[in-house]
Amino acid sequence: MNTQRPETAAASAPANGWAIELEKINKRFGAVHANKDIDLKIARGTIHGIVGENGAGKSTLMSILYGFYTADSGTIRVNGAEANIADSRQALALGIGMVHQHFMLVDNFSVLENIVLGAEDSGFLKPSLNRARKELDRLEKEYGLEVDPDAIIEDISVGQQQRVEILKALYRGAETLILDEPTGVLTPKEADDLFRVLETLRAQGKTVILITHKLREIMAITDNVSVMRQGQMVATVKTSETSPEELAELMVGRRVLLRVDKTAANPGKTLLEVQNLVVADDMGVTRVKDVSFAIRAGEIVGIAGVSGNGQSELLESITGMRDQKSGTVVLNGKPLSLEGDDGAARARQAGLAHVPEDRQRMGLVTTFQEWENAILGYHDKPAYGSGAFLDIAAAKKAAADQVKLFDVRPANINLKSSLFSGGNQQKIVLAREMEQDPDVLVIGQPTRGVDIGAIEFIHNEIIKMRDEGKAILLVSVELDEIRSLADRILVMFDGVIVGEADPATATEGELGLMMAGINKTAPRTIGIAEQGPLP
Amino acid sequence: MSAHRPLPRWADIALLPALNLLLAFLVSGLVVLLVGENPFHAIQVILYGAFGYGDGFGYTLYYATNFIFTGLAVAVAAHAGLFNIGGDGQAYVAGLGAVVVALALDQTHWLIAMPLAVIAAGAVGGFWAFVPGWLQAKRGSHVVITTIMFNFIASALMVYMVNRVLKPASTMAPESETIEVAGRVPQLRQFFSFFGYSPVNLSIVIAIAALIGVYILIWHTKFGYAMRVLGANPTASRYAGISNSKMIMITMTISGALAGMVAINEVMGVQNRLVLDFVAGAGFVGIAVALMGRNHPIGIALAAILFGALYQGGQELQFVIPGITREMIVVIQALVILFTGAMEGLFRPSLERAFMLLSPEQKSEAIAVSTAKPES
Repeated sequence: MNTQRPETAAASAPANGWAIELEKINKRFGAVHANKDIDLKIARGTIHGIVGENGAGKSTLMSILYGFYTADSGTIRVNGAEANIADSRQALALGIGMVHQHFMLVDNFSVLENIVLGAEDSGFLKPSLNRARKELDRLEKEYGLEVDPDAIIEDISVGQQQRVEILKALYRGAETLILDEPTGVLTPKEADDLFRVLETLRAQGKTVILITHKLREIMAITDNVSVMRQGQMVATVKTSETSPEELAELMVGRRVLLRVDKTAANPGKTLLEVQNLVVADDMGVTRVKDVSFAIRAGEIVGIAGVSGNGQSELLESITGMRDQKSGTVVLNGKPLSLEGDDGAARARQAGLAHVPEDRQRMGLVTTFQEWENAILGYHDKPAYGSGAFLDIAAAKKAAADQVKLFDVRPANINLKSSLFSGGNQQKIVLAREMEQDPDVLVIGQPTRGVDIGAIEFIHNEIIKMRDEGKAILLVSVELDEIRSLADRILVMFDGVIVGEADPATATEGELGLMMAGINKTAPRTIGIAEQGPLP
Repeated sequence: MSAHRPLPRWADIALLPALNLLLAFLVSGLVVLLVGENPFHAIQVILYGAFGYGDGFGYTLYYATNFIFTGLAVAVAAHAGLFNIGGDGQAYVAGLGAVVVALALDQTHWLIAMPLAVIAAGAVGGFWAFVPGWLQAKRGSHVVITTIMFNFIASALMVYMVNRVLKPASTMAPESETIEVAGRVPQLRQFFSFFGYSPVNLSIVIAIAALIGVYILIWHTKFGYAMRVLGANPTASRYAGISNSKMIMITMTISGALAGMVAINEVMGVQNRLVLDFVAGAGFVGIAVALMGRNHPIGIALAAILFGALYQGGQELQFVIPGITREMIVVIQALVILFTGAMEGLFRPSLERAFMLLSPEQKSEAIAVSTAKPES
């Protein structure tokens, strides 16, 4: 493998010594080998980036270092001394602090109270708080982290809350700080401020481990960078000696594509049109920003993107599960009215089927028997009973047909749905949605957590639907899957469709860069779909 | 890795409640022992008092009628994931609907008065539950809180209504005018002399119809299906295009209407007038009944009869054994509610473990299921 570069950064001991050394770390979850023989050395007083796709094992590795998980095998050395980190308290005692992606703060407590929480040094709160106030003052000055200690958490901005998290770690004596996707929730300006803080930390001799999938940040701030892929450490390089292109290639790797037998698309008339869609998430943050595209009969449009860039909200709003702030969804020439909490029913009636991203949370009622799930969302159809009554025999017959057609195992429609494996649960959902003969099929993460055999089957079914003249919208975090299934790829970043690519010609590196928000004007980008459907 | 497997259905439905009941009786027996009485004699008295002769059995059924209604009210809401604690208040205000119709149609025939009173009581009780449902659906106020508050509002409202509106000028007692003729629900003793002087009346037929109706509603209608989807997974119900807000409001209304049927039994069947606090806590017993009956009509019928027997047998007990006072009876009833209702899961973990030890295949299956989970 020519991409496997020698670990140049790790070759010789740095001037300040190693802060953290990981050797042959292994961790398995059931059949998943999340960390395979990981070696990683982090020099003291540096900012070390760790990049990799979702599920590459970054978070698992950091959780082992922070004591959330225990490694199955391998050794950890902190400051040269072998350490056995069983919980986060021990990690803190060794000077390892972590700032989580989702903050662990008490919303209605003040900044000071949050910082002291769990680190009170006497039975009475007042003296602890007073001592903490002095210490906090010193920390704020030393690292340029101004926060009002008496402000209530819910009143301050997300960027400020993150500072509180950093201060919390420093207050507990952290020498090495782990930051998990720290800029995911920040505005660009807040991110710049954070980087300044990190630089100050480095100047003061602290070590920072930065987990991110944004290559731009890696290039901007880190000294060394390690790339993980599928549970393995692929490379550790000096940031100054690499390029975003090289990192993207290392991240994505040269995996064998899951080849799908498919002929060229033969698109017909436009079936689904999304116009200027704006959608907010549950917290009120705008996640989909003025997105427009169109899908024609007989084509599969894939939406690629790092997860959390608005794809979920896009799917949920098109299918009527989430209110849209503005914009229109036009199905078969008719605008869909999706307001209210039964919008999904109207979307289905209009011929839009939906295989949701999270089948256990949305697509299935896991406590129901299989046959009951086989009519979920379609239970009001006259086929399953006239009037108010449910025709159980008809529902069971439909379920039996679906189970047979999609080879669901075990083929027992009376079995509780939670007892089916992930792949078979997905087949249950797919069978239900596909057998209703929809015009448009919206699929999120069709093969997440699905075993290899079922993946092939599911992919072939999706292609079959396309060849029957359906319009298919596919969202997946698996780039390979999008590349092999889609006829057109739209890349989504930060709520915006940043480009369109032809899966036949676009390289993974190019797509990876677009997904990371770098180089928005990649060579093959021709703007959003409505400007020019493919010939 | 904590692999566990749900209990077999029969153990969940029959064995677990039986164990809970056994424990409740055991502790109750200790209490009886503590006051210096013979627990076996006490049990004998309870059983005879509740089932041993016509009058006693009639009383048991009369109490059970109330508990069936309130138990069903809790169960219907529970299937949609709602906890209706307001059965007491809903039944109480439903008394208004019942008494107004009964008094207005007192000179007609019970075949006219009773169905209309059922509708009126159901409507008023339903309305009293609809408001909390609406508040949860549209404003996010949790029904657990609002239904409790509505119990207090109901209680204050009824004191006002009885004293200021319904009470005839000629009486001093806080009660409505007496229903004399057609507004009275016929007593079963009119048809079967077996029941002696007990107040069990035709309301029990409505209760049986309600049991069957709820069974059909929950498992054989599209509405019941939607209700169960909402109860099991609100995200999936939104995915399925079910309007969660509408479902919450309608379900609460049905639940309140069921609780309201208590008014038929009490106002038209027993008291023949509206008196203060005629519900006497039946709404709360309904929670225990629904819990013990696993929200299934058959279970609810059995649990209602059990609680009816405890009420009636308990009354008998204080007559026969003077050492056991009224308060003691309440303690025993409370123990049964505690062990079968509030602590119904007490034996579940150990029972699950016991079943896994007994059957190695089940154990391996449980482990397979729990290790397969991270994959999906």
